[in-house]
Amino acid sequence: MLADHWRRRTLLATVLAAGLVLAGCGSKTGQNESAVGASVDLTGDTVKVGLLNSLSGTMAISEVTVRDAVLLAVEEINAAGGVLGKKIEPIGEDGASDWPTFAEKAEKLIKENAVAAVFGCWTSASRKAVKPVFEENKSLLFYPVQYEGLEQSPYIFYTGATTNQQIVPGLDYLKSQGKSSVYLVGSDYVFPRTANKIIKAYAQANGMTVLGEDYAPLGSTEFGTIVNKVKAAKADAVFNTLNGDSNVAFFKEYKSAGLAPASTPVVSVSIAEEEVKSIGTQYLADQLTAWNYYQTTPGAANQKFVAAYKAKYGADKPTSDPMEAAYVSVHLWKAMVEKAGSFEVEKVKAAADGVTFDAPEGLVTVDGATQHIHKTARIGKVGQDGLITEVWNSGAPLKPDPYLKGYPWATGLS
Amino acid sequence: MTVLVSQLFTGVSIGAVLLLIALGLSLTFGQMGVINMAHGEFIMAGAYTVYVLQGAVSGAGVSLLVALPVAFLVAGALGAALEYLLIRRLYARPLDTLLVTWGVSLILQQLARDIFGAPNVQTRAPDWLTGNVPVFGDLTLSTNRLFILALAVLAVAGLTLVLRLTPLGRRIRAVVQNRDLAAVSGIPTGRVDRLTFFIGSGLAGVAGVALTLLGPIGPTMGTNLIIDAFLVVVVGGIGTLKGGVIVAFALGTLQSLVEYTTTLSVAKVVVFVAIVGFLQWRPQGLFTLRTRSLA
Repeated sequence: MLADHWRRRTLLATVLAAGLVLAGCGSKTGQNESAVGASVDLTGDTVKVGLLNSLSGTMAISEVTVRDAVLLAVEEINAAGGVLGKKIEPIGEDGASDWPTFAEKAEKLIKENAVAAVFGCWTSASRKAVKPVFEENKSLLFYPVQYEGLEQSPYIFYTGATTNQQIVPGLDYLKSQGKSSVYLVGSDYVFPRTANKIIKAYAQANGMTVLGEDYAPLGSTEFGTIVNKVKAAKADAVFNTLNGDSNVAFFKEYKSAGLAPASTPVVSVSIAEEEVKSIGTQYLADQLTAWNYYQTTPGAANQKFVAAYKAKYGADKPTSDPMEAAYVSVHLWKAMVEKAGSFEVEKVKAAADGVTFDAPEGLVTVDGATQHIHKTARIGKVGQDGLITEVWNSGAPLKPDPYLKGYPWATGLS
Repeated sequence: MTVLVSQLFTGVSIGAVLLLIALGLSLTFGQMGVINMAHGEFIMAGAYTVYVLQGAVSGAGVSLLVALPVAFLVAGALGAALEYLLIRRLYARPLDTLLVTWGVSLILQQLARDIFGAPNVQTRAPDWLTGNVPVFGDLTLSTNRLFILALAVLAVAGLTLVLRLTPLGRRIRAVVQNRDLAAVSGIPTGRVDRLTFFIGSGLAGVAGVALTLLGPIGPTMGTNLIIDAFLVVVVGGIGTLKGGVIVAFALGTLQSLVEYTTTLSVAKVVVFVAIVGFLQWRPQGLFTLRTRSLA
């Protein structure tokens, strides 16, 4: 009895003590934050950067390729002497395809590792989860994937396309081909629904008819009915914002229903070289995609990038748009830091405007006001060899316009 | 009119898919009462068989037809091994069986990832299965769905014949209806169990071959199917094939007709609500097997 009593008292004391210690730590970091924001660890001869990608779970397939591209850029920069005389030390964290985990790991990279910047995230859901973490700690995230726009965080640089650099050019292309009616098919989450809202506004202003709009839950593989509806609607084209495996089932059904790319093309915004490989050219040949970069994009910078990537990761590995945007983001960060002459976040941000990089997709320029980059829109056609070749491009890099302020029809969307 | 007919056809073909994935389960779960969570992974094994054979046998059409019997054997062998090594020891413990087979399903998924890689793989369908047959006007029936429908009909007919006419079928039915009496009559119930499991799992493999014509082949494809398969068996009535067949086609048609006027998500909800409502009214399922056993 007595021993029991004592044990309980010691336990209580320990818990209290632990609680006090924890509380102490909490208030200390709190002070740090409000005073100076996240500090960058510059002791030693390296500078740390964070890599935050899903290395496990459903998104791993895509996100691992992005991390590989970032590592390639880090390797190149280190081989050329590093940034401001310091070698880059990448610190990888696994977001595990789970959004709260992303937020947790972002906090860890910023506070424990004191990284100068973080490169990563793929889904809009993961970006939305880490956004407050970066804003609160005043630390930088470079986000490499095309997304639905209508966002502009002061602590995120967006190196993928916003809507006016991908979806709007895709619609312009359809219009120029004389397609006057579209059918919208997408996965049921934030990106396709927002994208379709924009597409409907565009259609209304441009004399296009939207004949129908259908969503399938992520991972759904039963497209018999949706394809029947598309067929019955007799649309001129289909705008496809499906993500992941659903594309495989959708295109198999599409082909066997007798719908052909020559008469009813599908424009996809989430199918890049890697996805073409897993869906199969039997079903995808001659269908259209909208991106800013393809493995076949001409230019010396791209030849070098493709050769370096294949040498490092294998000759059968294709390069794709999000990978290129991730690769570019590291080089852009380096250029910003060198222009600023400092790793300090606020100085890097201030130096960002007008920074350029001779990217595989062509010369890209950072727009300081929106923290997006100028990108050339490219419509591509899937070939029998699984590669995508360009059939149209916007001629010059398009100024990023995440809120579509330059388009009168888009008022009321944001 | 055209739309209605093509939607009915879509519904029937969804039903055929449901039937194929549930048919094996109606043997192992329906007849033997084993809750096998790895059933979906046997379907996956069948699908990967097509992928492997396509590398070995030239000609997409030939490899698909060869894959049907091979996938039956591969998935059947996996099932028989599972029965012999694990399930046999757990017959009186349904909850443990559920957990063990779930573990096995995770192991098989990881195995597929290690062997074939995490990304989905693709197979090439023969050209005669990527087109369609014009019926009248705008109405066309896609050949891959006709093929799956034919396959489902053949599988049901084959299974019915085996159960009705062969000595093995008679023994399976005897064991289902009264295990103890069958045992004292000299039927080796252990061996009958293994054979039943072999056939049930083999049918999952055949379903896997059919699914390569419709969707992706990946390590997790089985998990998406297992719930549908259990639903069909439970609503159809445990221990009967007839119930499963009717329910599969009814659910498929209901889903496609509701989906046409609403959306896929709403259709799924309507189907689930219909199932819950039906089971409130008939908890034993559409048909019930009357046995003389006391259990």
